[in-house]
Amino acid sequence: MKELALMKGNEAIAEAAIRAGVDGYFGYPITPQSEVMEYLMLQKPEERTGMVVLQAESEVASINMVYGAAGTGKKVMTSSSSPGISLMQEGISYIAGAELPCLIVNVVRGGPGLGTIQPSQADYFQSTKGGGHGDYRLIVLAPASVQEMADFVDLGFELAFKYRNPALILTDGLIGQMMEKVELSEQKERVSEFDQSWVTTGKTKERERNIITSLNLDPDLQYEHNLKLQAKYKSMDQDVMFEKIECGDADFLLVAYGSSARICQKVVEMARSKGLKVGLLRPQTLFPFPSEEIARMARKVKRMMAVELSAGQMVEDVQLAVNGKVPVTHYGMLGGKIHSPDDVLNEVEDKYIGGY
Amino acid sequence: MTEEIIIAGFGGQGVLSMGKILAYSGIMQDQEVSWMPSYGPEMRGGTANVTVILSDDRVSSPVLQSYDTAILLNQQSVDKFESMVKPGGLMIYDPNGITRHPERDDIRIFQVEATEEAVRMKSPITFNMVVLGAYIKVNPVVNFDNVIKGLRKSLPERHHHLIPINEKAIQRGMEIVKEAKLRTP
Repeated sequence: MKELALMKGNEAIAEAAIRAGVDGYFGYPITPQSEVMEYLMLQKPEERTGMVVLQAESEVASINMVYGAAGTGKKVMTSSSSPGISLMQEGISYIAGAELPCLIVNVVRGGPGLGTIQPSQADYFQSTKGGGHGDYRLIVLAPASVQEMADFVDLGFELAFKYRNPALILTDGLIGQMMEKVELSEQKERVSEFDQSWVTTGKTKERERNIITSLNLDPDLQYEHNLKLQAKYKSMDQDVMFEKIECGDADFLLVAYGSSARICQKVVEMARSKGLKVGLLRPQTLFPFPSEEIARMARKVKRMMAVELSAGQMVEDVQLAVNGKVPVTHYGMLGGKIHSPDDVLNEVEDKYIGGY
Repeated sequence: MTEEIIIAGFGGQGVLSMGKILAYSGIMQDQEVSWMPSYGPEMRGGTANVTVILSDDRVSSPVLQSYDTAILLNQQSVDKFESMVKPGGLMIYDPNGITRHPERDDIRIFQVEATEEAVRMKSPITFNMVVLGAYIKVNPVVNFDNVIKGLRKSLPERHHHLIPINEKAIQRGMEIVKEAKLRTP
């Protein structure tokens, strides 16, 4: 039998990291994600697997430790919450430019600025559109349960190494602080299962030296490098992931990820019990975004509504995918407040009955 | 079956750990569970609450505005959550320190004198287990054996010597819970 546990989302990420055979974690505490490092430290992973867990002097230091360690082909990660992730943006841009795999966890809190420690989804733009400088993208995973918090650690590393690109788990204090049943995976050996031909751990006689850099002063080279990056980001479409709930006969489609998707699951149940044909499309990857599936759904439904804990960020990607075929609206809550299923249902009924 | 529960009281009353034991009991009974605490500034104001959902199916929203059951352990919580119990739902409260009693006549209301009972047992910290006993007596969504298993799983091993006193507290709660007599207006 698989091992079952009752865990907070943040703890599940930490436990999954140890079990995934992660080599190093570098972080700096910030609410609402401090349990990640707390749990790691308590578990003494240096004894369990030999994993290094280090509290850096700042977020800037932790992301640069990730940068350096990632260059050796090791599985390394960091976690933080919104203001800390903002501090890391320079490093993240460098890691993306240098094409190194790593995992970053953002347990989002309400902003802007220091904001509040309550849940928010207002870092969608920062996560999916770059965030730092330059034309780059992160692989962005959006867990909606404690189980997915654990599962996406493994998935994040798999995709990060497949594309040699940083992966980011975008979650918030709601999923991070909530406890649910989680099925833990088996302990993996701390030996990399991925391609190591590019790592900088010492040149051998058989090959040319490997170079890891994000600097190309020659614009022709930098142009070529950018074309290569863009082709890579495009190819990520093959790994798009989403879940559809009650979409078969739906004529009103909710699009929501993470904590909002959990709330919308309840909205679908409530709407269905009132005879309203409401469905939910839940992106599990935000980059790559399920644009193709949303475009397909636009031919079947009469209206879509993006539900997010923001002033309307993901809704722009939904609108791009729908391309004017059906009306797309946004419903959201700001600054760390959470919409209840009843709030969202009211809006659905308003649009459903009055809106066609 | 889906049971959506809010447990609310003062910080230190064991609200969160009671919720955790209930969630573990659900797991022992093969249910899907979620445990969603209030965290941050709310917690620092002295009140604590936790939403626990036990279900035979996948749990949808951990954030709710109405509940099947409210377990309310101080006046602020009674004031805040009485109106949020679904019609036909259940409320359990400890009358200790309550000056404005619940008044709804469309829900079932039970009292458990847990503060008094825990003092009588010379073990005030088992207060929350007396309350838990009252709940599983009135609404046996999880059975007694699974609650004890949940308790064993929830407590770190160094505290396992406390299981018998907690078990006794749960039993006492089951015995002393009684339907509240509404004051006629």
